[in-house]
Amino acid sequence: MAGGVFSSYYSSSSSIMETLFQRTLEDLIKGLRLQLIGESAFVSKAIEEIRREVKSTDPHTKSTALQKLSYLASLHFHDMSWAAFHVVEVMSSSRFFHKRIGYHAASLSFHDDTPVLLLITNQLRKDLASTNEFEVSLALECLSRISTPDLARDLTPEIFTLLSTTKILVRKKAISVVLRVFAKYPDAVRVCFKRLVENLDSSDPQILAAVVGVFCELASQDPGSYLPLAPEFYRILIDSKNNWVLIKVLKIFAKLAPLEPRLAKRVVEPICDHMRRTGAKSLMFECIRTVVSSFSEYESAVKLAVVKIRELLVDDDPNLKYLGLQALSVIAPKHLWAVLENKEVVIKWLSDEDPNIKLESLRLVMTMVSESNVVEISRVLVNFSLKSGPGFCNEILGSILFTCSRNVYEMIIDFDWYVSLLGEMSRIPHCQKGVEIENQLIDIGMRVKDVRPELLRVARDLLIDPALLGNPFLHRILAAAAWVSGEYVEFSRNPFELIEALLQPRTNLLPLSVRAVYIHSAFKVLIFCLHSYILQSESITSSFSDNLVLGVSELVLKRNMLEGSDLTTCEAPSAHRSEGFNPRNQSYEDLSIENGGDRTINDGQTSTRAFSEKNIFTYESIINLINQVELALGPLTGSHDAELLERTRHILCFIELIKGEITECLVQKGKTLESEEMKASKIIKLMSDAFSEELGPVSVSAQQRVPIPEGLVLKENLDDLETICADIQVPPSNLFSLGSPYYGEEVGVSPFGLQNKEESEPSNEATFLLTEHRKLHGLYYLASEKNEIVGNDYPPANEPKLQDNPKNDTEDLVKLTVQSLATNKKPNHAKTRPVVVKLDEGDLVTITAKRPETKDDLVSGAVREVLLGSDTRTATSQSNPSDKSSSKRKGKEKLNVDRSELKENLGDSETPKQENPSSRKNKHRTIGKERRHNSPGKIGKEREENGQKGKQKSSHRHARHKARHRADAPLNVVSQTPVIPDFLL
Amino acid sequence: MIHFVLLISRQGKVRLTKWYSPYSQKERTKVIRELSGVILTRGPKLCNFVEWKGYKVVYKRYASLYFCMCIDQEDNELEVLEIIHHYVEILDRYFGSVCELDLIFNFHKAYYILDELLIAGELQEPSKKTVARLISAQDSLVETAKEQRSSISNIIAQATK
Repeated sequence: MAGGVFSSYYSSSSSIMETLFQRTLEDLIKGLRLQLIGESAFVSKAIEEIRREVKSTDPHTKSTALQKLSYLASLHFHDMSWAAFHVVEVMSSSRFFHKRIGYHAASLSFHDDTPVLLLITNQLRKDLASTNEFEVSLALECLSRISTPDLARDLTPEIFTLLSTTKILVRKKAISVVLRVFAKYPDAVRVCFKRLVENLDSSDPQILAAVVGVFCELASQDPGSYLPLAPEFYRILIDSKNNWVLIKVLKIFAKLAPLEPRLAKRVVEPICDHMRRTGAKSLMFECIRTVVSSFSEYESAVKLAVVKIRELLVDDDPNLKYLGLQALSVIAPKHLWAVLENKEVVIKWLSDEDPNIKLESLRLVMTMVSESNVVEISRVLVNFSLKSGPGFCNEILGSILFTCSRNVYEMIIDFDWYVSLLGEMSRIPHCQKGVEIENQLIDIGMRVKDVRPELLRVARDLLIDPALLGNPFLHRILAAAAWVSGEYVEFSRNPFELIEALLQPRTNLLPLSVRAVYIHSAFKVLIFCLHSYILQSESITSSFSDNLVLGVSELVLKRNMLEGSDLTTCEAPSAHRSEGFNPRNQSYEDLSIENGGDRTINDGQTSTRAFSEKNIFTYESIINLINQVELALGPLTGSHDAELLERTRHILCFIELIKGEITECLVQKGKTLESEEMKASKIIKLMSDAFSEELGPVSVSAQQRVPIPEGLVLKENLDDLETICADIQVPPSNLFSLGSPYYGEEVGVSPFGLQNKEESEPSNEATFLLTEHRKLHGLYYLASEKNEIVGNDYPPANEPKLQDNPKNDTEDLVKLTVQSLATNKKPNHAKTRPVVVKLDEGDLVTITAKRPETKDDLVSGAVREVLLGSDTRTATSQSNPSDKSSSKRKGKEKLNVDRSELKENLGDSETPKQENPSSRKNKHRTIGKERRHNSPGKIGKEREENGQKGKQKSSHRHARHKARHRADAPLNVVSQTPVIPDFLL
Repeated sequence: MIHFVLLISRQGKVRLTKWYSPYSQKERTKVIRELSGVILTRGPKLCNFVEWKGYKVVYKRYASLYFCMCIDQEDNELEVLEIIHHYVEILDRYFGSVCELDLIFNFHKAYYILDELLIAGELQEPSKKTVARLISAQDSLVETAKEQRSSISNIIAQATK
């Protein structure tokens, strides 16, 4: 403070006063800790002070100010970009003390876009060439933090010099920094790479550690380019005693081995030696990881690794436990026995206190799931999840859902069980997997026909429980349940109950979108009830015509009976109902069979409905139903949500349309029903037809298969649409409102019109309604042509026995895995798997392991070029692996090409016509491409000239796609290379 | 490679940050906030590794300080634990049984030591002795400079310049 006051008075001699009275860094820190005015106030005051001091001409004052600023910037995150120029000033100080503060501030605050970077090139150059090794290391450190392409390019010669300096301290830093220089300026590879490689021969452990570290990083980006160096790495693997170095070399081999089987064969033994001998856990773990990830086909090595993994698993150190589990999960896909062997331990850690360990062991347990034990494992895990905290509970549920749904539920045999498991999962208090369960419920409903009755039961149980409505995580599940109840209502024992559940008052807790589903489902159920009722009365009417007198009395009797026993009949299972009803009226039964048979021909769906449900639809119940719906939906006509409003209106209008007649016709029953062309019943039939159309899953690519109608011009750029629809949420029901007047008119004009004509209309109607559903549950609709049939026989549903096992300890899991995993028996199922509709390509989960294509391509391209050039030189020192492998490489190249072709195809479909006529350019790029993709082949270019010529054609196309990325750099290369070649040879 | 090094006190105060990969100031504060939330809440006797956004964070608690290093998926966790321990040992040797206060008041020295241990996100010096020697050599360079400049004659010379 004092300094500040003085400086304003004595501006001419301010520097000395500042020097004497300036607060040091320590003062600042102390002040900050003891301040009473609040941290931010104190800091802003301090910054003000610093702003003044940093302008001082005295280097000491300036640097102290900068140091204080660095402190505030690095630990209190205050912006110091404004001081960038002062940083440069302090960096250029001749005193090491100041310089160090400057460099520290620079590496702390500079980034690639800092404007003053242009100013430091010369300073860095000067310091890199300094005789003081500490100054050099400052500059190197700085360069490792902030190297821009320009800096990297301009300083490459200095780095090159430093790579072979005798000062170990400097050389090791230069080696590490080279990595950053390569990344920013790939052409530096041409200059520096050879010297870098020479450092691999260094006897100094520090140099070796540094250079191996660099190659480890380089190889992780593009291993293929470094295959020619394998002999050097091999030597280090054998000779080195330094664990740091060995770990890095192992990492390099983990990358190289998969590319070159002969190399793998050769190094696997030394790696195992290290694994056996070393006392360092880090090295041992690295050996394990290398073996399980890259040497999994070497049985003995894997066995050894699994033994060592076991040691880690039973260790008390949680770190080793965790790593052991991780190593197991790496090897699980290829050697499941390794997991099975350790299953007790794995399952034991499921209840570890460390969430990370629990998670790993959960992953491993899931790898053990197969179709023979999925039921047991899922049951135990679900029980386990009940006892876990919310986080882990959802991890468990998530992994069960994921595992069971993998590859279109390939693991599930008993879908009834799975569906009720989904229902049970939804009721777990912590469950937050609503979206996933929703998707699966709907997906299974559409794919697996045989499970629908059970699915409906599950949906019903969820819907009628008012407690579930209050849990926001369940809303999506409830939406699915509502949809199921509407779609598969024909399997319902009591549709009235469904309507009641769908319209219960507590549904106002649901989000509007879900409520819309509820209402629409209620609509479907209502239609179903009405339709069933009409069919029922029709069949009775026809029995009238046969036997009029008997019919009337029978009908009255029946009505009375049913009114009395409405509820009780509802409870009875449907199969019993239809049979139990038969003895009462033989003639009626016959007729209904006849009717049913006819209907089966017309419409497969309704026949089952007609059979089983007839007896619960009475006049009163229908009227009640209609009143109930009206009552529940009335208030919603004032809703502000378009979706909700629209759907409510649909139902209410529909009721309006039919209500009068229904009441009427039923009053004067006998007469009206004889004339079968009743308007209301026709409407109901049509609606029912619309809803009974089966919905199937839709292939992802379905839309592509729809041929584009002629004359339809698809605008490629839809940008202008955005301006139009920017703030319009297109309500899906707009589609419907277009259609509905049409429909009404049609009905009104020709109530007794041609059946054919009428039928074509409702199919339009159906389309509209379907469209709406598609919007809600996209992806799953439309059956594809190629439905895969898995099995046909499906015995009746079993009641799942989920609650059987109340004691749900981990021992339980252990026991069951002992039973089901150890024996590894072929699953021997009581029931065959039901048909699961699969789509051709839509269901294939294509996991394309895309390698990030970055600038590293340029680096490795340059590396290959350098190594290629030095191939002749190293030919003597390079022993067999790389030479012998040349024949192998050709095979591999083909593989690579295949892959690139595949990619190419994908690319083609997206960007159809981007022909570039310049053949010269193409050729250039093709070569560039070759370098990147056919990595191993490039090393011995001469030897494989022929092979490549053939291939150029195939990778040609692909090369073109990449062209833009490479366009600038290679041109540079061409002009640069002639300048530096003497370094290479 | 190591992407960044963080020293966080048990109360969540940041004591040192070193970034080897480019992170903007905004990202830095976000990273620190998120990670201290994850790490400080983990109990003792749990494993020292946390998976975080496709990276792994290796941390270890020494007294009231958490030393955290963020590494790539394929890096060796145990190796990084050793690096952390290494760093702590060097600090300990340099300050003589180091405590949090030492690092607070000598934050720049903690950086200088770290810079001798790591460069560009890689371990550069596995030998504790060498690091100690390098640091003391630089310190002596600084000391002589300081002595020179704090001498009275120097101050007078400057003032009359």
